[in-house]
Amino acid sequence: MSHARAFWLFVGPFAAGLLVFVYVPIGWSVLLSFFDARNTVTPVEFVGLRNYADMLTDGPFLRSLGTFSVFAAFIVPLTFVLALVLALLVSQISFMQAFFRSVFFLPTACSYVVASLVWKLSVFNGLRSGLANTVLSWFGADPVAWTVSTSPPWYWLVLVTLRLWLQLGFYMILFIAGLQRIPPVLYEAAALDGARSWQAFRFVTLPQLRTTSVAVLLLLLIGAYQAFDEFYNVLGTDRGYPPFARPPLIYLYYTALGSGGQDFGHGSAGAVILTVLIVGVTLLQGRVVRR
Amino acid sequence: MISRRGLLSLAGASALLAACGSNTGRGGNGAALQQWYHAYGEPGVQQAVERYAKAFTKTPVDVQWNPGDYDSKLATSLLSDGGPDVFESTPQISSVRAGQLVPLDDLFGDARTDFSASILETHTVEGKIYGIPQAVDMQMLFYRKSMLDRAGVQPPSTVDELLDAARRLSTGGVKGLFAGNDGGGGVLGGPALWSAGLDYVRDRQVGFDDPLAAKAIGKLRDLYTSGSLLLGAVKDWAEPDAFTQGLVAMQWTGLWAVPAVRKALGDDFGVLPFPSLGAGGRASVPVGAFGAMVNAKSKRIDEAKEFVRWLWVERTDYQEDFNLSYGFHIPPRKSISDKASKLTSGAAADAVKFVRDNAKASNPPDWTSVMRTAFNDAVSRVVRDGAPADAELRSAAGVVRDELKRLYG
Repeated sequence: MSHARAFWLFVGPFAAGLLVFVYVPIGWSVLLSFFDARNTVTPVEFVGLRNYADMLTDGPFLRSLGTFSVFAAFIVPLTFVLALVLALLVSQISFMQAFFRSVFFLPTACSYVVASLVWKLSVFNGLRSGLANTVLSWFGADPVAWTVSTSPPWYWLVLVTLRLWLQLGFYMILFIAGLQRIPPVLYEAAALDGARSWQAFRFVTLPQLRTTSVAVLLLLLIGAYQAFDEFYNVLGTDRGYPPFARPPLIYLYYTALGSGGQDFGHGSAGAVILTVLIVGVTLLQGRVVRR
Repeated sequence: MISRRGLLSLAGASALLAACGSNTGRGGNGAALQQWYHAYGEPGVQQAVERYAKAFTKTPVDVQWNPGDYDSKLATSLLSDGGPDVFESTPQISSVRAGQLVPLDDLFGDARTDFSASILETHTVEGKIYGIPQAVDMQMLFYRKSMLDRAGVQPPSTVDELLDAARRLSTGGVKGLFAGNDGGGGVLGGPALWSAGLDYVRDRQVGFDDPLAAKAIGKLRDLYTSGSLLLGAVKDWAEPDAFTQGLVAMQWTGLWAVPAVRKALGDDFGVLPFPSLGAGGRASVPVGAFGAMVNAKSKRIDEAKEFVRWLWVERTDYQEDFNLSYGFHIPPRKSISDKASKLTSGAAADAVKFVRDNAKASNPPDWTSVMRTAFNDAVSRVVRDGAPADAELRSAAGVVRDELKRLYG
């Protein structure tokens, strides 16, 4: 079999799938964002940039973008530092390393929906019998309605712990892989030069992890803006989604696909704006980190 | 030439694709009408609707049962040519404007006056009827008689009495009222407006642009901060579990919960509409009904119309069976609901009376998702965040006004 044919045999189905199920819909969505497309995916009336103007003056959408920029500024460094610390701890212990690695990685295999329901219904439910409230009651505190209360906004505690539990293991594995690629001679040389453990970390480990760190930051940032699953399952109800901690994607989901009117024009415009924002922040971050 | 392995993988892929279809019908029959239902929770409904479809002799009908997010799946399928010919839903002005629905006025004949007028109205958009009501559902307030007696509390007949009752019934581990895990803003926003004699939309104008609206929604805030609401229950308001387990003395839920509540509590419960705010206001129950509709993109509109006419207008025995043999609904036709023995006593009889006297459409056709989001967000911020009710409602009214202008000019 010729090389060219083998190439297309292996790459062809994937490329075709990518084209049909990813690139065409993305292109179509960009096209729709310039049209008034309500309850139809065949554009009818060209409106130019009006959908974009609407979305950029639209209170709820801008607020959700703002909320999730704050969320990203908080969750990205937190996950990054905790995953790195876990990776350093796990890679330094000499016994049962495989066990600890697996234990921390396991939650990654858990479905977001299932984990959200466990968090919402058993750990953080508002009844006296909920796990968190039972712990509180040992200290004589009253039960807290974790996912309801907005002052203080306890729902962030629920969402952030859930996200950390689900994601830490995955990023820890990335860091462990990065750590294993650092040649031991570098540490030996550093030790000979009299570097203490903190100095070895600061001047050997961190610079050597640069590629991994950039990748992790990138994935974390995209993940933060694309938040959907656990938010939808923890805070969403059959009456819709509350105006708090509403991820941009959930707002767009209700705009484009909610019952009572599908507005693909505005939904697509919002999706394009979100994409441009993610790309912009990612490029900026890449530039800052590489320097 | 394609290799043997290539052929095998192709065959595997097509088998996978074929397995993706969830069509439960008799399969492969291109001549059959496609009919969609959402997945009813009660056992027996699926077999019943398949039995009805099979009994229609003029055209074969394939029934598709759709578990999961039915609304989104239906809305998406109506955009394409691959949607069902017949389906159940409630009409929205957006789908009518997009030309997705077929008007069904001519199918009712003499039976038109037999259908409850307030229910038919929820299926009417700009003067035309787009759905034949199948089954009426409604929400109401359930209260535990023994708990009210013990606390010396009368069943509340005004909003203030409701707040007072909820407060007095909160003792020990029991809370006064459960109205959803969002603190009541989601399900009680509409009833609160109606309690003040206001509405979502009235005569193509904003129905809540009134100082009374802030007062009515403010009552929900008072309820939320009074400490007498159950929050964060395992099952949400649509399930009666918090009520039947004795976690609360009152719960806002639906007619569908009556069998489960009766099984758990016997006669130790009563039902009420959401009470009136005071003079000029009115008590209300939110009412909705799925109707049978015909897809305007169907290639066989006439056959589809004949099928829904036969099933939901002619075969009154099926309407009775569908409403009363499995779950618990009110038949939309008076001739059937009047003679149904299940509906003549207790909470069910009260519910029938509320639907007659206090019905408000829970999801009117011209209450679009943009309006609903704006209103629900405003109520949620007032109730849970303590935002000023008049400012929040004024800004929601602005959104609704713009949307009405877009719809009606």
